[in-house]
Amino acid sequence: MQRLILRNRNQIALISGILIAAAFTSKFVLGSLVVFEWLLIVASILGAAPIGIQAYQALKVKVVSIDVLVTIAVTGAFLIRNFEESAIVTFLFLFGAYLEQRTLNKTRSAIKELTEMAPESALKKMADGEFVEVPVEDVDSGDVLLVKTGAKVPVDGTVLSGEGSVNEASITGESIPVLKEAGSQVYAGTILDNGTLQIRADRVGEDTTFGRIIELVEEAQDSKSEAERFIDRFSRYYTPAILVLGFIVWLVSRNLELAITILVLGCPGALVIGVPVSNVAGIGNGARHGILLKGSEVISDFSRLDTMVFDKTGTLTMGNPSVAETEFYGGHGEEALSYLASVERESDHPLAKAVLEAIGETAYHPVSATEVVKGAGIVATVNGHRVAVGNRALMEQEQVELSDKAQADIARFERNGNSLVLTAVDGQLKVLMGVRDQVRPGVRENLQRLRKLGVKHLVMLSGDNQGTVDAVSRELGLTEAHGNMLPQDKSAYIKRLIDAGRVVAFVGDGVNDSPSLALAQIGIAMGGGTDVAIETSDVVLMNSDFGRLPHALGLAKATAGNMKQNIMIAVGVVLVLLTSLIFSDWMNMSIGMLVHEGSILAVILNGMRLLRYRLR
Amino acid sequence: MKSATIQLETLTCPSCMQKIEGAVKGVAGVDQDSVKVMFNASKVKLSFDEGQVSIEDIEQAITRVGYEVQKTSVR
Repeated sequence: MQRLILRNRNQIALISGILIAAAFTSKFVLGSLVVFEWLLIVASILGAAPIGIQAYQALKVKVVSIDVLVTIAVTGAFLIRNFEESAIVTFLFLFGAYLEQRTLNKTRSAIKELTEMAPESALKKMADGEFVEVPVEDVDSGDVLLVKTGAKVPVDGTVLSGEGSVNEASITGESIPVLKEAGSQVYAGTILDNGTLQIRADRVGEDTTFGRIIELVEEAQDSKSEAERFIDRFSRYYTPAILVLGFIVWLVSRNLELAITILVLGCPGALVIGVPVSNVAGIGNGARHGILLKGSEVISDFSRLDTMVFDKTGTLTMGNPSVAETEFYGGHGEEALSYLASVERESDHPLAKAVLEAIGETAYHPVSATEVVKGAGIVATVNGHRVAVGNRALMEQEQVELSDKAQADIARFERNGNSLVLTAVDGQLKVLMGVRDQVRPGVRENLQRLRKLGVKHLVMLSGDNQGTVDAVSRELGLTEAHGNMLPQDKSAYIKRLIDAGRVVAFVGDGVNDSPSLALAQIGIAMGGGTDVAIETSDVVLMNSDFGRLPHALGLAKATAGNMKQNIMIAVGVVLVLLTSLIFSDWMNMSIGMLVHEGSILAVILNGMRLLRYRLR
Repeated sequence: MKSATIQLETLTCPSCMQKIEGAVKGVAGVDQDSVKVMFNASKVKLSFDEGQVSIEDIEQAITRVGYEVQKTSVR
């Protein structure tokens, strides 16, 4: 019986609403007060039933819930034969609960969409070699699985055979198809757009990258900040306190109507629900955009950020050197490049790789009499020409004359932080190349956006020499840049900033800078879903996309602001209600309940705005 | 000690959390400090001593205070 009533709360609210409407119709249209009263009595009893049951269940486990306050208030109204109030208050309470449920589901929808992407079944190769559909829980690592077009990859695994393109949006937030063939890694929760794959399961269930992301997001949406824990403790005593207050008012004034009105007006609700609602909507928005914010404490710290410290290599720059600038001298450039490529092809010097990549397809010539000059370069004979590839010292040794223009170019390349590769053919300088670790595209613009969002200090730390670091810093417009730093120097530097009262975020790839990630108030990992990155950091950018950083910061600020607005709405409403009870004569239980439910909806709707947040 | 994750019907009122927490903590054999009611995820996480209490008993305690249990996983 109890369960039947509770399960049909919404229907009860509907019937109770109809009864109340009928009651007022009979009063004003038929003029029948008897019918009016009886209809309201039925509506009150019907509506009070589920609330009363919930109150009883709460009291059984020694909790004074809102249901208890409302039940007592309604009973009181009933006793003083104010059936109008008792019917309307129960109806509003039930109807409000229904609306809350609907709107709350909306705010949680973003995260729900994510968890629903979890794979449910898999085609597993059985002992007889046939593939049979099994629930994903029955897959163990080592099993061989078949993934067909349109299906979800059920586990993290390695492709054994087949080919196809996979949409990895659930992991990276980026719906660009990625080609997978034998030997490629595939991830649970991603979708095979076309092709067929046979894979070997490496990690299953909660151990998969996707499983961990879900777990983290779920933990994050319910994590509590200091302020929230305070509100929780507060509301634990607040509700009983309102009950006591109502009782005292009744004892002193002997006015039951006033006492029960206080019970209804004092209902907490918006206050308790406001912060979690903002939190879940903000984290949900992030999850949709490939940004993992680990909880409301992180959001609150992140929103107050004033200093961002970046690791250089792999974060601001591409992480591998490439040819950034090239100059040709004295014609026959194509020919010189093909000689250069022929020589570099036989070298395993790091710069050689960058040079070859920049030249691309070209004709190769046989190389003979190769001589490596330590710390300078290579001299070899190609097609009967003497070809020298190396730095300035090699050119001097080969007595290559450098024109004024070449000297100016060299100076400029060096200023820009390049390592130089000069190529001379038969004693004539032909090609000058500048090789450096280039800045990732878009980083400059995104740093500007961060600045606009209120980050005052943009700092770069690197193990590279100060000259290289300065060049990158100039290109990006950073506030500070420090080179020659070991991982422990970086974390010591961050500690000094924190001690100086700054709120510091550290952005790194999560591989060798985990101490700094852990130490900074906000650790932001750019690792595309690597384990270390996910574990040690507070904010994870799923596909290492630097462009997500401004959105992440803007979202954190918007979410923190939204929480404050909700707290203000909640506190403001209670204050207004209580003062108008004292100073006005229009305040009664029904209006109180209406405003109370209205304020709860207001904070939920306000929170929902975060789902649509976009950085302008 | 085993740890359980119990998926409930969608929780809408924060005072449900206190109720469910009270109900689960009231079951003997449940580790008091481990009980975590997650409002937005509508889940309860807890550790319990399987020698003292069965997962069904814990589920029942939640059902008794009026919340439907949808799915339970024990590890």
